Amino acid sequence: MATSREMQATELLRLVTAGSVDDGKSTLIGRLLYDTKQILVDQLEHIEDASRRRGHDYVDLALLTDGLRAEREQGITIDVAYRSFVTPRRRFQLADAPGHVQYTRNMVTGASNADVAVVLVDARQGVIEQTRRHSYIVSMLELPHVVYTVNKMDLVDYSEERFDEIVRDLSELASRLDVHDAQMIPISALKGDNVVDRTESMPWYDGPTLLEHLETVELASNAGDSARRFPVQWVIRPMAEEHHDYRGYAGQAAGGTWGAGDEVVVLPSGLRSRVARIDGDGGEAIPGQSVTVLLEDDVDVSRGDLLADPDDAPVVAREVTARVCWMSERAVEDRARLLVKHTTRTVTARIEQILSVVDIHTLEDRERPGKMELNDLGLVRFRLAEPLVVDPYAYNRLTGAFILIDEATNETVGAGMVVDAA
Amino acid sequence: MRTLSHLDALESEAIHIMREVAAERERPVLLFSGGKDSIVMLRLAEKAFRPARFPFPVMHIDTGHNFREVVEFRDRRVAELGERLVVASVQESIDSGRVVEQTGPRASRNQLQTTTLLDAIEEHGFDAAMGGARRDEERARAKERIFSFRDDFGQWNPRSQRPELWNLYNARIRKGEHIRVFPISNWTELDVWQYVARERLELPSIYYAHEREVFRRDGMLYACSDVIERDPDEEPFTATVRFRTVGDMSCTGGVLSEARTLEEVVDEIAATRVTERGETRADDRVSEAAMEDRKRVGYF
Repeated sequence: MATSREMQATELLRLVTAGSVDDGKSTLIGRLLYDTKQILVDQLEHIEDASRRRGHDYVDLALLTDGLRAEREQGITIDVAYRSFVTPRRRFQLADAPGHVQYTRNMVTGASNADVAVVLVDARQGVIEQTRRHSYIVSMLELPHVVYTVNKMDLVDYSEERFDEIVRDLSELASRLDVHDAQMIPISALKGDNVVDRTESMPWYDGPTLLEHLETVELASNAGDSARRFPVQWVIRPMAEEHHDYRGYAGQAAGGTWGAGDEVVVLPSGLRSRVARIDGDGGEAIPGQSVTVLLEDDVDVSRGDLLADPDDAPVVAREVTARVCWMSERAVEDRARLLVKHTTRTVTARIEQILSVVDIHTLEDRERPGKMELNDLGLVRFRLAEPLVVDPYAYNRLTGAFILIDEATNETVGAGMVVDAA
Repeated sequence: MRTLSHLDALESEAIHIMREVAAERERPVLLFSGGKDSIVMLRLAEKAFRPARFPFPVMHIDTGHNFREVVEFRDRRVAELGERLVVASVQESIDSGRVVEQTGPRASRNQLQTTTLLDAIEEHGFDAAMGGARRDEERARAKERIFSFRDDFGQWNPRSQRPELWNLYNARIRKGEHIRVFPISNWTELDVWQYVARERLELPSIYYAHEREVFRRDGMLYACSDVIERDPDEEPFTATVRFRTVGDMSCTGGVLSEARTLEEVVDEIAATRVTERGETRADDRVSEAAMEDRKRVGYF
């Protein structure tokens, strides 16, 4: 294990794993943690003991990640779990999203913050409906990288022909769905082949192991070179004599690189100013960084406003068309009223029309369905009571995303990704 | 191109969460135990809101069985920051008959804290309580949201959690309900120590190796004190120990260690082979689903 000092400056890679109940996803995660020596003595004793009590003749690594009692009883993973591990090269944060049909919303949730998706494919079954569904979500959420791990290679005699066949199907799927940077790796999570350590069993494979790939994949800076975006989250006004004139706009940078002297347009008002100073580490900000921006002029800015590059500004929109994942057990229909939370602004919206819902078997759109049910993915046109300042999601994952909230129950009922706005 | 280091990314995420709570809830509170996680939380709050004051008070649930060093540290640190401290006392909950103290050598006030916490939240009308819990501490926590919704009885229902996407948090609640918010959910124990080192944060002295009278129980070392009854065969002895967590003395064990400086502790943590809670917290050892059960009834 590396010492603390070697790990000080590592990058954080966020990944999401997707696979169905029987693909061995929990085993894969357990294997990743076990082979990178993240499993500590007491955890190992705990799962050895639990495996014995269940009558397994091997240590069931899946037990490491199946956290809640209901899951342990049913033997399935029911909700998104987050866990961390570290290697000398990177610090990883993993969202473990269940792959069962009912749980599309969990995969969407886990994928929303991820840089990389790890999609499991059972070598015996090849590309199935699950695989198509997961690929569709990965593409819809604009993940920069996808790794298809073809698991259970031990059960197909480590056959190169079988792997090649699946690779052909996956390549066809990935290109049809416009999935970015798809990598395919033959593994056996149970035996530990090609997860962390290279295997002897598949000498015909000369690509990276899963961990090697995750350690070297380029981190998505869809980021520092994008147009400047800064949603104002909180206004800092100290009520104290010594900071009498201090007025800072606090928030998390959502695009571009920010520094003193940058021209700024405040949206939706359209007022102009320049950045006087950035309070926070280093006096500048890149996407993901929480800082406080001070402007040269005394303009009216409050929570919910967005600071942007005047030469490349987002759209101030009253109408938005977006891809939506419906996440509530209660279906939603045309004309429904909802709250939209986008960056730091929440407005009332009405669904003008559900334009289409995708049929996950054929990946074809069903036009004007009239309603969306739990786990439906569709294209929806909204009309907004007040303007939002948006980008297309494909252009900026932070200023193009929103959640839908039911005013009556306060529940989060959907996730949206802007396609078009006016 | 510049990218954020993992500590920068985690720090920014936590600051964003704290500001979101301040902006969207009317009466938030920051829970402070005197432990390293909540000391990190105080630094994050400084980064989120300075040069202004925190837009919330700091609250400590005092079991009355805290390490003396930790209580002294709490008072000094909050005074230095110039922030408001609220202390809710488990002793008062016992005196007023809200809870009944456990007895015997295994007695602990840890579970009693839940009632004191919920009472304090109700008394002060707090609608969001921020705490320093982390997902790497325990398996049930790994599945808990950053904004964790509690019903009118303070209960957590793992089956009806709100999905959390991107950096968009839904903080809406009805009257009587509240949310628990965990800004450092995604940090590990090692991240916390690295951050303590980077920010040069002062910690209570019990985090560093020191000589203390202890006794051995269930493979853990407990500090000898008048809050734990020893069995006759539990012989006290002097050892060089440090504590990895600073909970109630009745359920917090120390580890043998020679790490007397921050750097030595960080190296020791990086090389450690036992998880923080498994090694030093008796309260999680009771059953396989111990933490899940306590969370359901409103424990932090």
